[in-house]
Amino acid sequence: MRITPKLATLLVLAALVAITPFFFPSGYYYRVGALIFVNGIAVTGIVILTGYAGQISLGHAGFAGIGGYACALAPVHLGLHPALAVVLGAAVSALLAYLVGRPILRLKGYYLGVATLGFGILVSMVLNNERDLTRGPDGIDVPELGLRALLKDQGLNLTNGEFWYFFCGICLILGAWIALNLHDSPAGRALRALHGSEVAARTVGIDVARMKLSAFVISAVYASVSGSLLALQNKFITPDVAGFMHSIEMVTMAVLGGVGSVLGAILGAGILTLLPQVLTVFAEYEQMVLGLVMVLVMIFLREGLLPSILRRLRGRGE
Amino acid sequence: MTRTDKETLLAVEGLGIAFGGLKAVNDVSFEVKPGEVVSIIGPNGAGKTTLFNMISGVYRPGSGRVRLGGEDVTGMAPHLLARRGMSRTFQNLQIFQSITVLENAVTGYHLSERGPILADLLSLPSSRRRARAAETGARDLLARVGLERAAEREAGNLSYGSLKRLEIARALALDPKVLLLDEPAAGCNAVETEEIDHLIAEVAASGVAILLVEHDMKMVMRISNHIVVLDHGERIAEGDPAMVSRDPAVIAAYLGADAEGIHADG
Repeated sequence: MRITPKLATLLVLAALVAITPFFFPSGYYYRVGALIFVNGIAVTGIVILTGYAGQISLGHAGFAGIGGYACALAPVHLGLHPALAVVLGAAVSALLAYLVGRPILRLKGYYLGVATLGFGILVSMVLNNERDLTRGPDGIDVPELGLRALLKDQGLNLTNGEFWYFFCGICLILGAWIALNLHDSPAGRALRALHGSEVAARTVGIDVARMKLSAFVISAVYASVSGSLLALQNKFITPDVAGFMHSIEMVTMAVLGGVGSVLGAILGAGILTLLPQVLTVFAEYEQMVLGLVMVLVMIFLREGLLPSILRRLRGRGE
Repeated sequence: MTRTDKETLLAVEGLGIAFGGLKAVNDVSFEVKPGEVVSIIGPNGAGKTTLFNMISGVYRPGSGRVRLGGEDVTGMAPHLLARRGMSRTFQNLQIFQSITVLENAVTGYHLSERGPILADLLSLPSSRRRARAAETGARDLLARVGLERAAEREAGNLSYGSLKRLEIARALALDPKVLLLDEPAAGCNAVETEEIDHLIAEVAASGVAILLVEHDMKMVMRISNHIVVLDHGERIAEGDPAMVSRDPAVIAAYLGADAEGIHADG
């Protein structure tokens, strides 16, 4: 069987998820791993939007906020099971992405960046100020997903940290699989084509506005699911999840690792999630470091870490 | 075969556009029939590419009509024109630089390979089947334009002449009824020009209506059934190659620029 780049990426991810726990010095690292996977899911959505379709969003955390608060609110107010709340959050995110994106993506240029910036701020403001519903900046409790207890009944006894590590890991692999499927599919090819030349894309019959909108909606669902998983594993959520800094984090992770590559972007998510855990001083200077990373990557590694490294290795191999 | 034998496929009626008061193209009309090569010639700045851009929906015409197979398609978006069988290439190449040569050709099959996006996301058999069929077609087309060996290379690394042929391959992938070629031989050497020349004749012979803008007069005189001459945005002459090359107005327009080249001595 031929190892395609898609299969290689999935195997590397599966191996990382399965093997790294053997090297964890303490149970705490399961939590760090799960956080990396949650960010990896959001960043995979950014790969579809920015890496494939060439569009920029500066408010994707807004969708993560919707996904997160759906898990907090829907079970309480609508009596939905938390798993269905994830689906509801994704549906609401998709609908909002459609409504925001439809008028904007007909225009050429960077309007989506500006519009999503406004959208993210709007969601963040609602979550902070609608205290009756969201309890405001202090955050709100999120009910238990209940899957861990279910597995326990089946004889699979995992600690909370272990469960969320593997569950988020599997979700990430699933998300990467979907993104990689898209890459080589007719729709993915159309996205990458319009990224290269919108004029040429139109002449071969690609409905450029519609394809961009599809990419935006799909990437919003990724961000939403990521927000839901964050809320469910923390059993708590604050409006920070929808904050501007979180949007910038997502873009920076993707750009650092390589926005055109699913594995690269996940690597970027890993680095920038791990950094503040390892260097506690980092937390104080997070904004500065994010800015610095962006500037350095743009100057020295335009394609991002992983694609640049692979290119160098391939160059040496020849 | 005379020009009146067949139904008109593409009809341009009194087309015009002005940019800030300057009439770039004014009241130009002509017709293209299946299997025919109609060339637009004229000095630089005569409005040839502007005319192309109006016909292919890149610019919205200020006046006049474009009819495709009888349907009024004036100012219609390019992707909708593509669905109606119009395909084109560009004077200053519009290639997807960062993807492979093969993928460039496959994008030409977008209309036949597209399907429900959910099937693409889950890589369902139907999606893979569509992609595979498009890839097979694209490989055949690349062989037809002599690029089969470059299939896996990144398009940005190809020579100019190869990119020109790649663009024609991509345009042919749409299985067009009307093909607009904007200077397909520009920047190509003599051998490449001859290859493109043969390719165009072959495509026309298969029944495609071809509208050509080209500076290489030998090529134009050799392969055109009909020539429209533009100068300062106006049509100054029209007819078969022999007629046009004897036309005093045409010779006057080209004097100083390319007076020798206009004679059909190729």
